[in-house]
Amino acid sequence: AAKGCGGVWCRAWQRGAGGPSPAPRGQRAVACNARGGAVPAGKSGLAPWVPVVGLEIHAQISSNSKLFSGSQVQFAAPPNSLVSFFDASLPGTLPVLNRRCVEAAVMTGLALNCSINKKSLFDRKHYFYADLPAGYQITQQRVPIAVNGSLSYSLCIDNKMSQMVTKTVRIKQIQLEQDSGKSLHDDTRSQTLIDLNRAGVGLMEVVMEPDMCCGEEAAAAVRELQLILQTLGSSQAVMAEGQLRVDANVSVHHPGEPYGVRTEVKNINSIRFLAKAVDYEIQRQIEELEGGGTILNETRAFDSKLGCTVPMRDKEGKQDYRFMPEPNLPPLILYDAKSLPANMNHQQVVNIDWIHERLPDLPSVRREKLVERYGILPEHSFTLLNEDGLTEFFENVVKQTQMKPRKVIGWILNDLLSYLKQHSLAVKESPVSSFLLADLLNLLEKKEISSTAAKQVLAELWKGEGKTPLEIVKEKKLELIQDQKELEQICQAVIDGQENEVITMVL
Amino acid sequence: AVKRGTRFQVSAALREGRVTPTELCHRCLSLIKSTKFLNAYITVAEEAALKQAEESEKRYRRGQPLGVLDGIPIAVKDNFNTAGIETTCASNMLKGYISPYNATVVQKLLDQGAVLLGKTNLDEFAMGSGSTDGVFGPVRNPWSYSRQYKEKSAPKSHSEDEESNWVITGGSSGGSAAAVSSFTCFAALGSDTGGSTRNPAAHCGVVGLKPTYGLISRHGLIPLVNSMDVPGILTRCVDDAAVVLGSLAGHDPKDSTTIQDNFKPFELPSLTDVSKLSIGIPKEYHAPGLSSEILALWSKAANLFKNAGAKVIEVSLPHTCYSIVCYHVLCTAEVASNMARFDGLEYGHRSDMNKSTESMYAATRREGFNDVVRGRILSGNYFLLKENYENYFVKAQKVRRLIANDFVKVFGSGVDILLTPTTLSDAVPYMEFIKEDNRTRSAQDDILTQAANMAGLPAINVPTALSERGLPVGLQFIGRSFQEKQLLTVAKWFEKQVKFPMIQLEEVKRHDHDAFQHQKSASLS
Repeated sequence: AAKGCGGVWCRAWQRGAGGPSPAPRGQRAVACNARGGAVPAGKSGLAPWVPVVGLEIHAQISSNSKLFSGSQVQFAAPPNSLVSFFDASLPGTLPVLNRRCVEAAVMTGLALNCSINKKSLFDRKHYFYADLPAGYQITQQRVPIAVNGSLSYSLCIDNKMSQMVTKTVRIKQIQLEQDSGKSLHDDTRSQTLIDLNRAGVGLMEVVMEPDMCCGEEAAAAVRELQLILQTLGSSQAVMAEGQLRVDANVSVHHPGEPYGVRTEVKNINSIRFLAKAVDYEIQRQIEELEGGGTILNETRAFDSKLGCTVPMRDKEGKQDYRFMPEPNLPPLILYDAKSLPANMNHQQVVNIDWIHERLPDLPSVRREKLVERYGILPEHSFTLLNEDGLTEFFENVVKQTQMKPRKVIGWILNDLLSYLKQHSLAVKESPVSSFLLADLLNLLEKKEISSTAAKQVLAELWKGEGKTPLEIVKEKKLELIQDQKELEQICQAVIDGQENEVITMVL
Repeated sequence: AVKRGTRFQVSAALREGRVTPTELCHRCLSLIKSTKFLNAYITVAEEAALKQAEESEKRYRRGQPLGVLDGIPIAVKDNFNTAGIETTCASNMLKGYISPYNATVVQKLLDQGAVLLGKTNLDEFAMGSGSTDGVFGPVRNPWSYSRQYKEKSAPKSHSEDEESNWVITGGSSGGSAAAVSSFTCFAALGSDTGGSTRNPAAHCGVVGLKPTYGLISRHGLIPLVNSMDVPGILTRCVDDAAVVLGSLAGHDPKDSTTIQDNFKPFELPSLTDVSKLSIGIPKEYHAPGLSSEILALWSKAANLFKNAGAKVIEVSLPHTCYSIVCYHVLCTAEVASNMARFDGLEYGHRSDMNKSTESMYAATRREGFNDVVRGRILSGNYFLLKENYENYFVKAQKVRRLIANDFVKVFGSGVDILLTPTTLSDAVPYMEFIKEDNRTRSAQDDILTQAANMAGLPAINVPTALSERGLPVGLQFIGRSFQEKQLLTVAKWFEKQVKFPMIQLEEVKRHDHDAFQHQKSASLS
């Protein structure tokens, strides 16, 4: 998880200049210096800044086919191999709405506490771009499928796992829309190649209100959203594969004053970079303003190598998207148990209540249940859910051992997880299975080995040589000695062999 | 009176083996050649048509024809996609474009054994009311070459006058109307957005049906205004239109705006008693510019119903007068949007300009579209600008609803069918028509037909009489939504009463006497 410095200093900013800020490092130093440095006369150099962060998140819907056509959806397929006549915008083709995409959006809307609009509309958004074959994108500008939701997420204060706070960001809306194709710019031959495989894939655009104030909050909110989407299966939400794309709207203002001019930061492809990009942009704006400059309402790209945002060239002119209703799609009507017409073909309708009843446990509920069932600390439940497959691993170990879950969790988080992190392994790639770990913990629990010995055994187990913990214990003679006589003999032998030392000790 | 050849009769001839599909196809192809000067077809798919005819012939020989359409030669307006046959929209933008798929309506016709002869001419992207504004040149009205026109229109000095006297077909489906009117095919598909099927049908003396919006699939029809476009049917008689409608209507999973309900094809009853009918005469259709001749014909038609016992009442559709300006906004807005896809990247014309992607777009679109299309794109984009959207587009939508509600009220008051003129006058000579620009012409010519598109209602042109100049004049019936059967039944009754004369194509006879005679006899039972 991304726990940049942002959360820390952004609170420092909010508290005003007086608060002792932790030792600045990296970018933060610049910001602090700027704050304490030259400020135009007439303005209080000590006036606090309030950063405001809103997010627009595009989640690719996990479905077999595209939003309005029958072409398959698949990552990294050969270029232009998944393109229907509609996707290529051949004249005369018409959109046909994919039911699965509607259900995914309804599910997501319900999970984010949204009101689901029983009637939503599709609109055309026009702009010319090589990877937008129709010259417009079909989206939901006027009446989206879901509105007015909220997302609760938690983050730790001062980078300490033990101090977690829960925050809420309001969800303005979720809209269904088409993805665009991809442009590949070949600068040497000065040509652009177009791949339409992605053109027309279903997206859910989740618009979050500007309720966040730093990179860490943005990152935590997105991480929670990602977990929810993955739990629902409505999106695979892998940022690296572009299934989750986050744009951040950032501005800063003084308390009591209206919001500042905002910039939009794009091209953020991991949660870690999201935190960095937002924090950088907040700082840049503060510096700019304190230096007497102004903020332009512009789109900026995050450069992950340089760790900074730079203006994007291609969207300089103000675009008028010339929205208009999509005339080829009737209004999208959803039903609930009450409004469901009796004689309606089930294939023709989407029933909100039916979907609601079948929603899986959301991450927050799963965490609560973990805490309740196993008596672990809440922050541990976060770590369990954050790592794909870790909860299952933990529960499997618990099932197979007599050790108390509260003790098991230590081994999972401190030993297993840190080992996996060190070696950049996913949980499912762990050389030590839950069965082996349980075996080992049982030895420990039965006091057959000490916990130091257990760590030694675990170190052997990582090698993945197929030995059982018991075999390793025997091989390395790590058993605890239970026989009193044997222990006495050993002690006596030590004493007898080191008479002088014993005397010094006793004296 | 000469009986007019109908498909029913021809399919009987096919079934009884009096004529074979191949013979029929050959005759039509030969007529297409001899009437080439009409410029009704953009592409003639001779080889493919003959192949289809042979297949059909085999089915007849096996005694297993696919239905009444099997072996029947048809033509399709060149804004419907046809796999393997060029689809141009009469535009440089799509010259040479071969679609990989068939429009649903084309597929349905082919599935029922119809023989597709070719693609018919139109105004570029169906934007026009004369069939004069396509890159392949104007369509000539077959009636220009009829004995009737020649006898009645001022017989001035010949030769050069013949060249300047020919009249337009109306549009934008002028090619399809001319094709049916000149016997080169038995039915043709047009499209109807503001009257584009009914208007040329009226000028060419054929039946032109615009079905209810949502009854026939638009999948594969290159759109003009998606919310108003309907595939149109052009035939020589109302019965034929009913047959074609029956073969095309119904839900299409590829077009979400088609109705889900099952459509049952119907045969038209021969109405003997019209006394239970209530015919509405909308007073607003006394539009400025309506010729006295047509006005008289309209009254005569109303009296025909009255004398037969029908209730004929004057009704009001008060918002009709706003329909033109409202249509202008909605049409151009959708045009601006629909035409955005023609950027030269995936298909169609691409300019050689390669300075940048944007300059390539601009040059492609400048070279690919004519002034009419570009003008509509420009105004449509203006109406869709953020600052104009509420004042133009949203208002136009509201007016559209008022226009539609006018019809709801009238039909709700007990009126079954509305009777109106289809056009303001008979067809004008080309030289006269082009004196005014496309926009002015379209605005005038669509005035009587457009409201039905605004409301999505079914409407049909029935050829009624010849004007003083010997040119066809038609009247329009507008029915209730999805009440095609009632509409066509009344139209059929009317058709029977008026006994519209058959075209006597002197010119064609001279050009290709033999083929024409065959064709004519093949049309008779």
